Amino acid sequence: MTETAPAPVITVSNLIKQFGRFAALRGVTAEFASGKLYAILGDNGAGKTTLLRTFAGLNQPSSGSLSILGASKFRDICQHVGYMAHPSLLYDEMSGMENLEYFARLYGIANRTRCAQVILAVGLDPALTRPVGQYSQGMKQRMSLARALLHDPQILLLDEPFSNVDVHSTTEMVRLLARTRDQGKTVLIVTHQASLLEGAADEFIWMEYGKIIERTRDLKRLEISAEG
Amino acid sequence: MTPPTGITRATLLKDLRLEWRSKDAINSMLFFSLLVVVVFSFSFDPTAEESRQIAGGLIWVAFLFAAVVALNQTWARELRNQVLDAYRVSPAPANSLFLAKVLGNFIFVIVLEALMTPLFIAFYRLRALGPAWQLLPLAMFGTWALVVNGTFFAAMCLRTRSREIMLPLLLFPISIPALLAMVQATTAILSGESSARFWIVLLSTYDLVFTTVCLLIFETVLNAE
Repeated sequence: MTETAPAPVITVSNLIKQFGRFAALRGVTAEFASGKLYAILGDNGAGKTTLLRTFAGLNQPSSGSLSILGASKFRDICQHVGYMAHPSLLYDEMSGMENLEYFARLYGIANRTRCAQVILAVGLDPALTRPVGQYSQGMKQRMSLARALLHDPQILLLDEPFSNVDVHSTTEMVRLLARTRDQGKTVLIVTHQASLLEGAADEFIWMEYGKIIERTRDLKRLEISAEG
Repeated sequence: MTPPTGITRATLLKDLRLEWRSKDAINSMLFFSLLVVVVFSFSFDPTAEESRQIAGGLIWVAFLFAAVVALNQTWARELRNQVLDAYRVSPAPANSLFLAKVLGNFIFVIVLEALMTPLFIAFYRLRALGPAWQLLPLAMFGTWALVVNGTFFAAMCLRTRSREIMLPLLLFPISIPALLAMVQATTAILSGESSARFWIVLLSTYDLVFTTVCLLIFETVLNAE
């Protein structure tokens, strides 16, 4: 019996993204399958965040083709994509629950139970009435992840989800993301903390100067290449 | 899916809640308008007749400047923590956000006008010699004219470096026809010398045209990089 490769949910071909004369992405070609967790690594300015923002529909490609869940227009599939940026994307003056209730409405989710579920899933208390502005950075990160998970997206795009999060919470977050992957979702994580995803990530992707340089299942191999 | 009206309502309630907690816009607007009323009143000390002639201009210029404060705040809170990106990646329509922002600003400015008008009347000893009820539609159409363009141009200035300066530079020239109609109509009602009807109809047409244009192009402005 041969194992059938899962169908790609994101297909990108020769993707170029320019900001004025500066090319942040210089011909990215790749496929990302369902039920996989990808860790995107690279130095600062390698184009990791730009790639993720382009997948999230926040940047328009300058040239090349991008297909997500078979659609070329992001508006057609935005219901199926969850995005967590480096900033929290939350209102500081509102509590976590109030924030999620508002964002739930944008996705057509009317019940509070779902909001409470995702807050609990990231290890926070839904009854917390403190405004998000008074949360620690780690709590903000987890609440931000809860917001991205709120509508149970097929594709999860996470930019530096573990920065400033304590070790215990990071472990919990990695477990949650692995469970999400096991449910058949595609998880793309931009991170500088690759070791946290060792054992959880299906593939490590190394980016440099706006291009994907290497894809491997073995993080150590990537580390050796980077050193070399 | 939540219908667009539901998203507009949710966004409006969220904005009202944020303003209620921070009071950023309303406090600045009130303080600014109060300064204008008091300073001008002591500077000129006009007679009742002179007041009727200058009050229209004074009131609307004070409200226009005060509205700019609220308009800048509207989008500033969406930029903190890049929350606007969370809206942009969602399936919610751009125009629902725009309408919620316009309605929010409309409420803030109307509240300001309701609080400041009695002070204007007291300080300038104003009494309308024309049909005073016309002040109500005038206030509604005039305020809408200020906030619909103001909200749109504030969104356009979002990604510019000196947006606090850019907004008045863009907003004031385009508001001149509306401002002229507001001032002329107010003076006509207060002095009772002519009818304000023409100016009110002109204002409502201005509102219709600019609301339509803003709704047609807001999505492009929102998603501009």
